[in-house]
Amino acid sequence: MKNLLLNILSAKYFFLAMLMGLGLTAFSFAEVVFYSTQMRPVEEAKKIREKVLANFSGNVDFVPDETPIWITKIQAENKTGKVTVSLLGGLHGDFSPVASALDNVDDVLGKISGNNIVDTFVKTGKLGGNSQKYIPWAQATYIMAAHKDALAYLPKGADVNALSYNQLAQWGQNMEEALGERKIGFPAGPKGLMHRFFQGYLYPSFTDGVVRTFKSKNAENMWAKFRRFWHQSVSPRSTSFNNMSEHLLSGEVLVAFDHTARLIPAFNERPNDFVAFPAPSAQYGRGFMAVIVGLAIPKGAPERTEASDLIRYLTSKEAQLTVLEEIGFFPIIDIELPSNLPKGTQLAGDAVSLQSSSSDALPALLPSGLGTKGGEFSKVYKDTFETIVFRNANISKVLEAQAKKLTAIMQESGASCWAPDAPSKGPCPVK
Amino acid sequence: MKELNKVMPYLLLAPSVVFLVFFFFSPFVETFFIAFKNAEGGYGLHSFRKMYDDLNFFVALKNTIFLLFAVVPLQLVLAVWMSLTLRKIKKFRGAILYIWTIPLGISDLAAGIIWLSILTERGYLNTIFLNLGFIEKPELWLSYEHPLLLFAAVAIAEIWRSLALVLLIIIAGLQLIPKEYDEAADVFGAGAFRKLFRVTLPLLKPSIQSALILRSILALEVFAVAVAIGGTNLPVLASEAYNWMANYLDYGVASAYALVLLALSIISTLGYLFFLRTPADAA
Repeated sequence: MKNLLLNILSAKYFFLAMLMGLGLTAFSFAEVVFYSTQMRPVEEAKKIREKVLANFSGNVDFVPDETPIWITKIQAENKTGKVTVSLLGGLHGDFSPVASALDNVDDVLGKISGNNIVDTFVKTGKLGGNSQKYIPWAQATYIMAAHKDALAYLPKGADVNALSYNQLAQWGQNMEEALGERKIGFPAGPKGLMHRFFQGYLYPSFTDGVVRTFKSKNAENMWAKFRRFWHQSVSPRSTSFNNMSEHLLSGEVLVAFDHTARLIPAFNERPNDFVAFPAPSAQYGRGFMAVIVGLAIPKGAPERTEASDLIRYLTSKEAQLTVLEEIGFFPIIDIELPSNLPKGTQLAGDAVSLQSSSSDALPALLPSGLGTKGGEFSKVYKDTFETIVFRNANISKVLEAQAKKLTAIMQESGASCWAPDAPSKGPCPVK
Repeated sequence: MKELNKVMPYLLLAPSVVFLVFFFFSPFVETFFIAFKNAEGGYGLHSFRKMYDDLNFFVALKNTIFLLFAVVPLQLVLAVWMSLTLRKIKKFRGAILYIWTIPLGISDLAAGIIWLSILTERGYLNTIFLNLGFIEKPELWLSYEHPLLLFAAVAIAEIWRSLALVLLIIIAGLQLIPKEYDEAADVFGAGAFRKLFRVTLPLLKPSIQSALILRSILALEVFAVAVAIGGTNLPVLASEAYNWMANYLDYGVASAYALVLLALSIISTLGYLFFLRTPADAA
């Protein structure tokens, strides 16, 4: 009996010792939790894990999540002081609402100066303050894509690489007349990035502003034109499109606007079927918006040193080119693109550089300084679009009502104007 | 021992009470405070004002209430009809009941996706219609250009999804009605309709009441089905609450929406309690 008890006891201790051993091994292999709002689609996340992070010497757990959950988790970890995440990946706009939970990374920036990050991007990473809040990691923009079959319907004399919005409208109408279907598509679904089209493309091109000119005469004319264009030429299924490459590949649409990373899968799958080209232009130029993905370290990160090593690796030439090839986000460091890129990525890359170097290029910056109001800011543009286009509302009345909301958002956040709006002292005014 | 017997029921109930206080009551109290909090830290109607001014508020309210009126009465009629039919058959009764209650085991989002895959442009319905030659090219059933179709699609999916819940309550209620009443009505020569309206339905009233209360609260909370099928084209109160919480990061307005839903639930419940009350002596 006594022996049996002893046996049980010793077994128990053995088990305990084993558990402790496990605990120790878990401690000795430090793991950097890399929590990101980007590269969320399963294939992209898989490529990050297998192609990009595989060549990093440390141990990384890449966890992509939706932006609202990402924000809540970071805020919660910061409030409770129980930080599990060591590296954050997100868009410029994702970082503003959690700025107070981010550690300064000036030291990291110093360590990676050899990587040659382009200066303008470094500056945006300060989030309007004096110290570095995030390190730029990759960039992307929005461009247009078309199936080669659609080129036959281009209006006479139009150059696809230098289209105007009028020509785009005519093109859509030609296709509608010839094919009996509206073949231009926009990502206006619940997870689509349609609001960026208004903030970075339509408003800048037609009004030379985004906030100041929100309800200007130019804006009224623009919306009237855009409503006509939408009903004549845009696929009504657009309100459920989130990712245009699917709909280009299926043939539902022949011409589309979307984020480069959401078009490249189509280009890569059938590079000979598609062309990529810059967004159209209007009276003030060819408005376009660049998107920056950054890396940040939360305050109290458990593996800060490893995280900063990972930042150095991710901003290296090798990792930057892997991200470009595999996922289609472009480098933020000053390098020549190699000629052996996948064909689809090459296509998109050419259109991106054509767009930014065109003679009438009108770069629009990402909304900045809005803090937690970023979502509501985009809502103003989406709501304006929906009421004018789908509910056929009176344009000047809608603009008047939405301008009040826009003013309130600018006042509450205190955000000053960004390009192409003229700079402002204090909150950006809606004229 | 006797002492323990007295305490036992409370001990057994404690976990569920603690659970409810933690996960329902405390978030509810917090929601209440968040809804009335101003940006400056004081209390007021700021969030309600913002909700009221939002252009989706009345659309969402209208859609939610219309869905309630479209879904719940139809479900009740269908459930009563189905359970009365089921009572009359002897063979395969169990099997049929099991099949009818399958949707009960499916999450509402899955139900929405099932119906989306049927009704979408390249879905089953269009494929069948194309093969039968009814249409020449895929039709867009679910777009902002056909708001009625869109609404009908969501209503049908909702009816399909949660009919089983009402059905089960009604069947249980029917089983409680003694056969003698039916036989007595037969003896007095009542017809089928008379029997239904004068005997069965009045005796079924308590079950109908609880079915209606439960279903109406759930119908007011409709979310996943409307989002899966309607996308942004069919805003409802719950989806707007979610949007304000997750996308616009304004917890105040999201909480205000939640309180509107709560108020509607309370009103509908009180309404059913009052209009379908069973006089005490009749019970």
